Amino acid sequence: MNRLLPSLLLTALLLAGWEIACRGLHLPVYLLPPPSAVGVALVERAPLLLSSAAATFWMAFQALVVAFVLGGGLALAVSLNPTTERAVRPLAVALQVTPVVAIAPLVLIWAGLDHADRAVVALAAAVAFFPLFSGVLTGLKSADPDLERLFDLYGASSVQRLVRLRLPAALPFILEGLRVAAGLSVIGAVVAEFVSGSGATQGLAWRLLEAGNRLRTADMLAALACLMFMGLALNGAVGALEGAVRRRLA
Amino acid sequence: MGFPGRSPLGPLDLIVRPGEIIALVGASGAGKSTSLRLLAGLEQTPASGAVARTPGTTTSFVFQAPTLMNWADALANVSLPLDLAGVPRAEARARAAAALAAVGLGDRQTARPRQLSGGMAMRVSLARALVTEPDLLLLDEPFAALDSVTRRRLIEDLHRLWAERSPRPAIVFVTHDVEEAVYLAQRAVVLEATTGRAIAELSSPGTLPRPEGWRGDARYRAAVEALAAALACSMSPEDAEG
Repeated sequence: MNRLLPSLLLTALLLAGWEIACRGLHLPVYLLPPPSAVGVALVERAPLLLSSAAATFWMAFQALVVAFVLGGGLALAVSLNPTTERAVRPLAVALQVTPVVAIAPLVLIWAGLDHADRAVVALAAAVAFFPLFSGVLTGLKSADPDLERLFDLYGASSVQRLVRLRLPAALPFILEGLRVAAGLSVIGAVVAEFVSGSGATQGLAWRLLEAGNRLRTADMLAALACLMFMGLALNGAVGALEGAVRRRLA
Repeated sequence: MGFPGRSPLGPLDLIVRPGEIIALVGASGAGKSTSLRLLAGLEQTPASGAVARTPGTTTSFVFQAPTLMNWADALANVSLPLDLAGVPRAEARARAAAALAAVGLGDRQTARPRQLSGGMAMRVSLARALVTEPDLLLLDEPFAALDSVTRRRLIEDLHRLWAERSPRPAIVFVTHDVEEAVYLAQRAVVLEATTGRAIAELSSPGTLPRPEGWRGDARYRAAVEALAAALACSMSPEDAEG
């Protein structure tokens, strides 16, 4: 708790400053509502926001699982053969540097407009893919070269080498990739939802768009706060997992 | 031995007889570690050389660093070679426990490598090398990173473990420390600094394990001086000054 105290204090200070500024400057609420109004919106709209948050979370989670299976699986396959790595890595980088917003309309067409949620999952998975692929691959190659030599000397099979040496050595890298990918999958889900923005998906991004169209700025900020909390919770969950594994390994 | 495409090594002719202890001595870059890895079969045999082994020879290797798996406890680290060879788990664990006890770490089975001191981690590494009861034990500057007290204890332990085994394993170890070479080995081979040629071979006086106070013995001191002189000859003048 003591560790959190300074950041909580700073947050409280910023919110107070915001509140005072809004009241003192008589800003119109559609431009910048005070935090108290956002708080009221959060409470009043809680059921809707919660179900929307659940929808976004579920899509981001599915995307994370898909990205983990595909990225991790591909990294595993590639780690067994250096030539395939040279073949695959540029493509993985290409996927990473292509803006997700730009491919979203395409994926939306392929998924079918009736299945916008599938497009959202696919796009979020595309965003989360690279850190997982890269993390798993780097981790699998991170084992001490002398330990690799020892496994050579004792005639280890490739399965033994993978299970007893490379996967355990890769674990911290995999978790780090997972932490980055978890954050990205939420971003990817929101961006994809924006692009598909027809109400076909009922996530937080849709709540944002909807409130924006009606100029209900407090509702927008409430949805934004939900997204922020979700990101923090995800980051914290994976961070806790990482810490637990590190303690076990140390 | 000669290596195409890089500075040549050797020629180095080395015959390791069962149960003998040999030191490879030389400056950095003399190809000591490469020679050792060749003996272990961990490097491609050079075009102009060959490593012949008596069939069925089992080899173990100890690196300069303990090279343990940080995610596994001491017992699991020691039983690794047996696990990889498909020895049943219970038997592997029992033999690993015995090997740990032999290096004085019988009470540290569940310790993780990071909870061990440098000397203890090296003992675990040694136990892992001995658990397979190898005929040939190769050590690549295993004591270089340890303080002198720990180093001397480990050398005594290595002699004791070697003497207890029947038949005794052959040991080839790499060092740049002449005292260590003369104390630990029965003969020392000096490799030239840049070429890795074997330029001198000295046999070490006395019997193994060393009696108490052997480091003060005149024969030991004389052998150390002789080896130091041979090592100085193996280096070019600039190397020796540096």
